[in-house]
Amino acid sequence: MTVTESHTPEPADPSEHAALAIDGLEMSYIVRGKPRKILRGVSFEVRPGEAYGLVGESGCGKSTTAYAALRYLPGNGVIDAGRVLSGGEELTAMSASQLREFRAQRASMVFQDPVQAVNPVLKIGTQVAEAFQVMGQSKSEARVSALAALERVRIAAPESVMERYPHQLSGGMLQRVVIAMGLACDPNLLVLDEPTTGLDATVEAEVLDLVRDLRSELNSAILLIAHNLGVIRTMCDRVGVMYAGRIVEEGTVAEVFDNPSHPYTKGLLNSIPRRGLRKTDRELFAIPGSAPPIGADLPFCTYIDRCPIATDICRSAVPPIVDRSDGHWTRCHHADRIGDVPEPDEVTVPYDIGTEQVIGVEGVSKTFRQRGHEVPALVGVDLGFAEGETLGLVGESGSGKSTLAKTMLGVHAPDEGGAITLRGRKMADKATSRVTESVRAISMVFQNPDSALNRAWTVRRILQRSVVKLTGIKGAAADKRVEEIAEAMQLSPRHLDMRPRQLSGGLKQRVAIARAFAGDPEVVVCDEPTSALDVSVQAAILNLLARLQNEERSSYMFISHDIGVVRYLADRIAVMYLGRIMEIGSTATMFDGTNHPYTEALLSAVPNVDGVAEDRIPLTGSIPSPANPPPGCVFHTRCHRAIAGLCEVTVPEMVELSPGHSIKCHLTVEQLQEPIDVDASIISAEAAALLD
Amino acid sequence: MLAIVTLAFLLVIVTLIPNIAPGDPARKIAGGTASPERLIEVTESLGLRDSVATQLWKLVKSVGTLNFGDSFSVAKGEPVMSLVWTALGNSAKLVMLSLIVIVPLSILGGLITAYKKDTWIDRTIINVGIAFSAIPDFVAGVFLLAFLAVPVDFFKVQAAAPPGSSYLTQIQHLLLPVIAVLMVYFGYIARVTRAGTITALDSDYTRTAFMRGLSTPDVFRKHIARNALQPTVAVLGTQLGYLFGGMVALERVFGYQGVGNLILRAVDRADYPVLRAGVLAVAIIYMLATLSADLLVAYMNPRARQSLGDN
Repeated sequence: MTVTESHTPEPADPSEHAALAIDGLEMSYIVRGKPRKILRGVSFEVRPGEAYGLVGESGCGKSTTAYAALRYLPGNGVIDAGRVLSGGEELTAMSASQLREFRAQRASMVFQDPVQAVNPVLKIGTQVAEAFQVMGQSKSEARVSALAALERVRIAAPESVMERYPHQLSGGMLQRVVIAMGLACDPNLLVLDEPTTGLDATVEAEVLDLVRDLRSELNSAILLIAHNLGVIRTMCDRVGVMYAGRIVEEGTVAEVFDNPSHPYTKGLLNSIPRRGLRKTDRELFAIPGSAPPIGADLPFCTYIDRCPIATDICRSAVPPIVDRSDGHWTRCHHADRIGDVPEPDEVTVPYDIGTEQVIGVEGVSKTFRQRGHEVPALVGVDLGFAEGETLGLVGESGSGKSTLAKTMLGVHAPDEGGAITLRGRKMADKATSRVTESVRAISMVFQNPDSALNRAWTVRRILQRSVVKLTGIKGAAADKRVEEIAEAMQLSPRHLDMRPRQLSGGLKQRVAIARAFAGDPEVVVCDEPTSALDVSVQAAILNLLARLQNEERSSYMFISHDIGVVRYLADRIAVMYLGRIMEIGSTATMFDGTNHPYTEALLSAVPNVDGVAEDRIPLTGSIPSPANPPPGCVFHTRCHRAIAGLCEVTVPEMVELSPGHSIKCHLTVEQLQEPIDVDASIISAEAAALLD
Repeated sequence: MLAIVTLAFLLVIVTLIPNIAPGDPARKIAGGTASPERLIEVTESLGLRDSVATQLWKLVKSVGTLNFGDSFSVAKGEPVMSLVWTALGNSAKLVMLSLIVIVPLSILGGLITAYKKDTWIDRTIINVGIAFSAIPDFVAGVFLLAFLAVPVDFFKVQAAAPPGSSYLTQIQHLLLPVIAVLMVYFGYIARVTRAGTITALDSDYTRTAFMRGLSTPDVFRKHIARNALQPTVAVLGTQLGYLFGGMVALERVFGYQGVGNLILRAVDRADYPVLRAGVLAVAIIYMLATLSADLLVAYMNPRARQSLGDN
């Protein structure tokens, strides 16, 4: 196979040379004896050296396509039609041993969750070496190769990593290990299925950087599956948008994202907050309805039921492929009418934030005791929530966001001296000793509605219980209140008598939000409420939260790792690191360029859907253990602007840069605004973190 | 650490047995017509006139010196320990032979049913296993006697071989009780293995292994076995302990002098020294079996090693 053909004009028969060519692939899953269509004729190709992205909502067939690229079918999956080719060879016609040979020598796949993707009982070295052993190397050769592979993915202290078990490594390091295994055979084709979902933004950026670097080194073709459009934009050359088992639009990332030509693509792009969009500007576009279930009967345009510009022809003929520009096509009858897709509503009602502080977090610290050691999880946190205000809380995992939420809710009691206050009066520390008024003042929406809702109860009973417990309303009045709340959440009355498992993810989250509002709370703590949802569902939930806030005048503490979402919804943003607030300010000031170095690094790690990211500030290594925080400024071990002799000695005070915008840093505004050289030593920082 | 606490607790219970058991143990031993002087004498020799604390201390000493005195009624005048050792030896033969048969068969059954999940092979094996498990072992024993031992000379009615028999003859005699135990346990162990294997088969690391180009036997050997068999090992540990003392009925049916049978006779005849020593022996074996299973799981699973250190 030649590798010089990347980005050059297509050869006469492209499928002979493509690293991956999928041709009219139709697949079904057999569920209770009946075939259910999942892929309805998927065709695309990935040329050598090219990175091709697949986007779409869950259930649209992205992962099935990814597996099909290595001909890995789930037990109940069958290929109905079509071919899968790699380097001109037909995978769909290979024998079992040829297929094993193909997987061992020429193709690799990296899965979503690195923690699950490695065998928990085997040492890392054994597992990486195995990838070389399948290629025919001896045990000792394979060990040498494994070490080299770990060095290639720039893992710190590879010899020591070889001897470790998976549970002793962080998620980011494990994903490097998995990538190292995937690259063992110098694959012609590397399939990445949501490789960074579930990782912190900073770790995500590191992994993406690694893949990008390796790509130029290896010249492998990459098929990247991601629901995060920003990741696709920064990583891929071309992208295919999938909907209900078909690719509906394909082209270069710039063409597709800047000039979408299918109503679905446009809907997806409008549903995410782009270009610094705020809730005060306009609503997010929530694609109406939901994706058709697997196996639905969709003879013509698959998007018809959700399409704002559909006409009769869409119900009677499969849409043709319409070329938009070179290599950019869309599968739509009305590609020329794409401009008719309505823009989301402008927000006309002004957002009104009160001045009085409703809930206060005053000098709250929380120290856990673990085997005789003191572990300070929160250190001197001060926050206030005004009526109708949203405070966004960001920071890597392990920064104390959830501990703060739990302390506010009274799951943990704060250390002596700290207090949670309601209109200036101190609440009891533990929820169990709080008076009803305090309990109902703070409520919570969790990340995963599946585990937050009682599966055995109907929605009505779930809501009723909260209403009765928190407001004391009983009987018919409680029933009425439940119906009112449900209506406010845009749940229809028939949903009330369903059980959570009968509802979609978005509807479940609405129920969870309804329950949080049952007691008419002052502050609703939202812990990653949309991170498990598809973007169009996320848009609907964010719109709902914004609208409810304006109507109910409640405040939010909105915890999220998605900076774009926080920016959209939050009025103020607080950045946490190692249990401390490092920076707090209004959303506008947070994005005007003067930030705490930690915030600066966090913001630069976000993959941007509107174009290639600027140079990322490496935030390497992992967050230090709270049990053993670094002396001086806790961030100095990872800071790209640290001043030797000062930052590791003296703890910085909170300094107010402008009214309401404060940071905990020794540097002056001028120093903070100096451009920095991003070429910091990645390995040394990571090695330091590993050897802790 | 936990084991010592368990042992101490057990010693107390075992000490209390004759003190709280209904009826007068002395009368049971000495017979209904014994004179009051004789009853006092027997009570004295049972040590039941001492305070419970003294009894406990004596028991601890017995455990330390492995000397529980002589049997009263089960085998009058014989040292208790020699009775217990003989019975333990017999039980060990039966249990070990059972394990040698059960473990490979049921694990194989579990692996096959998991790999062939929801096919007729899976359903047949699992349903037959459940059906057999539902039959009490002694009932199965009786059936085996009737349908195998009576018509086929190869199978023996008596589980105990005549003294001085070769190992092969001993095994031949033990075959029927082993088959009975197999019938009870196969379904259970196979289902535990099946569940563990299905979890391992569905896991991402198994998918990774397949995607790497490993063959199915290699994936099972290198990636699935150690993960899938952890629950099986844990269950086998507790069941091994149970098998030692719990096969009373089966031992009766086949006239086998195992520990279970010994304890039962000791209860019948109020032979408290034998009872105490027998119960303690079974308990200690149970603890050792569970402990070795835990250690084995810890060896298989690096994550379990840390939590084991906490005990």
